[in-house]
Amino acid sequence: MSPDPRTTALYPRHREAGANMGDFAGYRMPLWYPAGMRREHRAVVLGAGLFDTSHMAVLTVAGPGAYTLLQRTFTKDLDRVGPARRPLADGRGAYGAFCNPRGHLIDDAIVFRRGSEDFFVVVNAGMGPTVAGHLADQADSGATTVADLTDRVGKLDLQGPAAARILGRLLSDPEKAFQDLAYFSFKGHFDPVHPDAGMVRLADGTPLLLSRSGYTGEFGFELFVAPDRVTRLWDRLLEVGGDFDLVPCGLAARDSLRAGAMLPLSHQDIGDWPFIRHPWPFALPYAPDGETFTKDFIGSAALLAAAVAPHTLAFVGRDPRKVAAGPDTRVVDAVGRAIGIVLTCATDVAIGRVGDKVMSLASPGRPENFDPKGLSCGFVRVERALPAGTPLVLDDGRRRIDVEVADDIRPDRTARRPMAQMWG
Amino acid sequence: MKEINELNLPEDLRYAEDHEWLRPSEGAARIGISDYAQDQLGDIVYVELPAVGRRLNKGEEFGTVESVKAVSSLYMPVGGEVAAVNGQLAEAPELVNTDPYGQGWMIEVKVTDPAEIEVLMDRPAYSKALGG
Repeated sequence: MSPDPRTTALYPRHREAGANMGDFAGYRMPLWYPAGMRREHRAVVLGAGLFDTSHMAVLTVAGPGAYTLLQRTFTKDLDRVGPARRPLADGRGAYGAFCNPRGHLIDDAIVFRRGSEDFFVVVNAGMGPTVAGHLADQADSGATTVADLTDRVGKLDLQGPAAARILGRLLSDPEKAFQDLAYFSFKGHFDPVHPDAGMVRLADGTPLLLSRSGYTGEFGFELFVAPDRVTRLWDRLLEVGGDFDLVPCGLAARDSLRAGAMLPLSHQDIGDWPFIRHPWPFALPYAPDGETFTKDFIGSAALLAAAVAPHTLAFVGRDPRKVAAGPDTRVVDAVGRAIGIVLTCATDVAIGRVGDKVMSLASPGRPENFDPKGLSCGFVRVERALPAGTPLVLDDGRRRIDVEVADDIRPDRTARRPMAQMWG
Repeated sequence: MKEINELNLPEDLRYAEDHEWLRPSEGAARIGISDYAQDQLGDIVYVELPAVGRRLNKGEEFGTVESVKAVSSLYMPVGGEVAAVNGQLAEAPELVNTDPYGQGWMIEVKVTDPAEIEVLMDRPAYSKALGG
């Protein structure tokens, strides 16, 4: 029997709000609130949504050996980040993964650099001990300290185009906090005694680590605070967010938003198979030739030699109907051959087809009164590469749905919009 | 999630173990899913219903209801011939959430054996089965 699920500090709030709860990665979490997943999903695309993400795990990797350890274990080359391929700067984060020597995924992560010997690593719920153990095993003793802060930090995700206007109302100095806060950058600290704690504070003095990132594809922030401050921050955000149609959101909307934004779910879309040939090549240290890597890391040799690794592809359907994802659901090609399995199948309820084109509720040029029913979308793992537009049938034994391979799903996402457009 | 005492469970309906409801009447009996079922499923994004004229036995699948969570089967609480389906649900499946006993009805059935209605649960029995 599995142990009782853990709860986050906000569990009483979720219950009071009448959320439908479910178990995820060992935690009892809200699936949706009474407003329902459809409204929550759409709020994040058009306004804002608030997620309790305190179940996610946070590690620190510090010391003179920290950088070398991360370069040796993390798939992203921290010397070549972003379009300019420059070293990861202080106050910046990068997405990648940790692999075993076979090149199979241990977990995906965002590595944030606080200083040349001080990194902050966010991994998935329940994965703190596994990733911390892996890093500790690989560390030169004495040169690096790996600590699991999971129970010492609370986390909320405020996501959607109104996020800055909502958070701005609670910050003591929003201009300073938002200045130069590019996508995948962060400021401040949640620990009141940390020297960076003064950089971002709420008007009541609560220090925050404010990161411009998230898991929805939309503009917004991940907010890290001390666990004893997280409930008050949740309440205050919902209070001031009332003017902006802010709604609390559960894991169902989180899943449909991330699927539409083409973001992988660890241990479902990426997992115990080679971490290559997927829609996230930016997580790997590809050289400009697109074939070799710019650094060696644990798993790199296996990945470069992986001649028979399957291909992971995104797809989008014709209507909201889903199939059950899993190893028993077949992907069938145009000539009726089973070529793979379905990893994720969700419904992005903010998109629909207008002629041949997929449009979102936020798309400029959408038809008047556009009210899409949503489209199924997600990821398949198949035996060969297929170009966007390739028709496929997904068959779970009870239902067959027509989909096509996609190189993008929900258009006109806001995650990368310049800060200046979203604030003021 | 609604507590049992917050659920709307009309007195004039009969309920099946799989959470379908049936409204007995002289002509065809109307069938849908209960407030408990719609609350458990979450937002319904698609409803598939049978063709009018189809004959189905008690316990047979008459369609599916698709929520954010999963695709769930709908089972005949009684045997009979499908006399009508709620065409509105194709365009507005959310009616099953907002008005499960009214505009969110699913099918109307000419019941083959009225005795099958008698063995369905009444409100107190269904409420008790839900743990209330």
